[in-house]
Formats: sequence, C-alpha cells, structure tokens
Amino acid sequence: MSVLSVNKENFDSVKNSEKTVLLDFYADWCGPCRMVAPIVEQIAQENPQYLVAKVNVDDNPELAKAYGVVSIPTLIVMKNGEVAQKAIGAKPKAQILEMLEQND
Amino acid sequence: MDRTFDIIIIGGGPAGYSAALYAARGGMDTLLIEKMAPGGQMTLTGDIDNYPGYDDGIDGFTLGMKMQAGAERFGAATEYAEVISVDFGSEIKRIKTNNGEFCARAIIVAVGANPGELGVRGEKEYLGSGVHYCAHCDGRFYKDKTVAVVGGGNSAVTDAIYLSKLVNKLYLIHRRAELRATKVYHNALFNCDNVEFLWNSTVESISMEEDDKHINVKSVLDNSISSVPCDGVFISIGRRPATDIFKGLLELDKNGYIIADETTRTNIEGVFAAGDVRTKELRQVVTAASDGAVAAHYAMEYISQYFNK
Repeated sequence: MSVLSVNKENFDSVKNSEKTVLLDFYADWCGPCRMVAPIVEQIAQENPQYLVAKVNVDDNPELAKAYGVVSIPTLIVMKNGEVAQKAIGAKPKAQILEMLEQND
Repeated sequence: MDRTFDIIIIGGGPAGYSAALYAARGGMDTLLIEKMAPGGQMTLTGDIDNYPGYDDGIDGFTLGMKMQAGAERFGAATEYAEVISVDFGSEIKRIKTNNGEFCARAIIVAVGANPGELGVRGEKEYLGSGVHYCAHCDGRFYKDKTVAVVGGGNSAVTDAIYLSKLVNKLYLIHRRAELRATKVYHNALFNCDNVEFLWNSTVESISMEEDDKHINVKSVLDNSISSVPCDGVFISIGRRPATDIFKGLLELDKNGYIIADETTRTNIEGVFAAGDVRTKELRQVVTAASDGAVAAHYAMEYISQYFNK
C-alpha cells in the first residue's frame, strides 16, 4: 500500500482504522523529514497490515496542534484512534518497525 | 564467508560519499553503510552557501542525494543498516550490522557527529515539545513566540539569525562574554533588534509545562540563577562524535574524535577516519568531502601494498 495523505477532512480514516497506524508529521522543506520519507514509504509498501499516513504540517496546522507536534518529523503510532507511541526526529527503519510491532 | 569488499565506508555524509566516489571510480569494490539516509548533518541545515560550485546555494538534503548518486554512478553500493560492532583484529575487517555482517580489506570511518546535549534537567523530558536541536526544522512552530538559543558558535549564531526573523523575542545564552562564531555572522546577529544576549550564562534546567514554560539560567560569574520565560529552547552547543562503537579499538581524543592526521590514517592499519569524526580544525562540508578523497587514496594504496591488488 502507499502512504495515505491525510488532512482534517479525511482524518477519520486514521481515527477509525482497525489497523495499527503509523502517522508521519512532516514538511517539504525539512531535511530530516525528507530523509525519513522514503523509509516511511517502504514500510507502507512492505507492511499492508499497517495503515501508514502522513500529515503535511504546513497545510494542516490544526492536526499538528491537536497532536502536540512542534518538532518535525514526528512519528506517531496509533492504536484504536489513540496515540500509543510518539517519536521525535528521523529514525532508522528497524526502529520504526519496532515501534509498530510493539503496539500491534 | 560472504563476499569481501575492497573498501567499506561507514557513514553516508559528505565524507562517506566522497570516499565512495573516489574508491569506486578507482576500481575498488565499494560498499557504504548508512543507518538512515544520505546527507548526514547537512540535512539539519537550511541552504549551504559555502560548498563550491553552487553559486545560489543548495539545501543539504539535495546535496546529500547528489553525492550519493555521484558515487553510485561508478558502482558504489549503499547498504541501509546500523553498525552494531566492528572487528578490526585481522587482515580482513568485519562489520556487524542489524542487517547482517560485512567484511572488507580496508575501512573508512565517516560516521560524523551528533548535536551536543546540555545534560540538564528537563532536556530529555521535553525533547520535541520545547527542546529542539534543529532550528530549521522546528523554528516555524515558534512564530511570534519567545525562544532561547543556547551556544555561541557558528551554528548557534546562524540558528539565532534565522529564528529571530520568525519569533517575537529571542534570548541568546552563551557561557562566554563574547561569541565564538566567525566574524561574518556577528553584525547580522547584532542587528536583530529582538535578540537579547545573556552572556556568561549557562542553562541549569528546563521546564516546558503547559502553564509554566521557562528555563533557569545560571551566571558563571556569581552563580546566581534567574528564570527566563520562553516557549522553546534551541540547543546548538557543538557536536559529539558518534564513536562509541570504536572505543578501545581506535585512538580517540578526550572529546571522542578519532585521532588521525591529514592522511586520515588511524592507529589501526587499513582503517581510516574521514570527515567530522576526525581530529581537525575546520569541520565543513567541503573539508569532509576532501577527507573522503584522501581516505580513499590511502585506502587504495594500503590495499595495493598488502593485498597486491
């Protein structure tokens, strides 16, 4: 699966997801966000058991605010609509997968 | 045993990919191991204006991608994995990663450095929610707010200049009575009228609770402590080399940098250190790239002498 781009209109698909969700808060101009983007993309392709989504913080300041994001990239793992784990900064693939597995 | 590479390079910043370019172009079977993505510390900055050949400047991420592409054009491969331990004890050197073991005749260590931490109360607790190390990533969340920048070197001062254009008020906290940054930045900073300097001061603790956002600042002159209200703090106090896995193997200086002269040779034959991780005066993208070329040169010389290749 590819990474789902979410905004406040379609955010319910994240909130109501039965799958464990990986949510990537990013901006196009942020170097570490661009570093982690292809990793997030790979995780989405290789792991259909998860819903992988991204939020552009420039376009969606309300969502960034709602999740207390003041540092990007922020990676959030969500389970049943609730935040299960939050990580600040770009992380290696193995570490992101571990976050997902722990909360699956 | 699996394939033995001629040269393995650890770290995909400018030193690593420059070494990979020179080694691969020199006919070496070359592997570069990178834990995340190309670019290294360059990706934490905005535009890079002092790398020759880019007259309009270039952003660090794009430059990293270009450096990777340049090395891969000559056959250098990138393995995305985190190095767990190294064994430099025999002629063929081994590198254990979280994605298998790799071996090579020569190793170039180009692991770079990470942002330095203050080590004060609150720094870890409020990471990413008031405590930041990347002004260009997170500065925009502090539009029209009050922030503090800690440090007095080039990166602290350029961060402060960048942030002062976004925020309402900025404190620059520095433990000395004057900036350590290159003169070229001084005027630009002194001309920012929303910057207040707290000289001879260090950060004692950080609190970023919703209803109580402040840092405690200690004067190094009289040890007095004052509370400075601010919405966020950007820490820019230099870098720490990422050399933990080499402790006890490679000679390090007291700050953890790998001791090697301009030949990039370390105390172990066939192991070279390039870029910010090496003891040197000027740590820049261009000097890292230069180190990479030099390291590849001496690694190739070593291989031809010891392995008749």
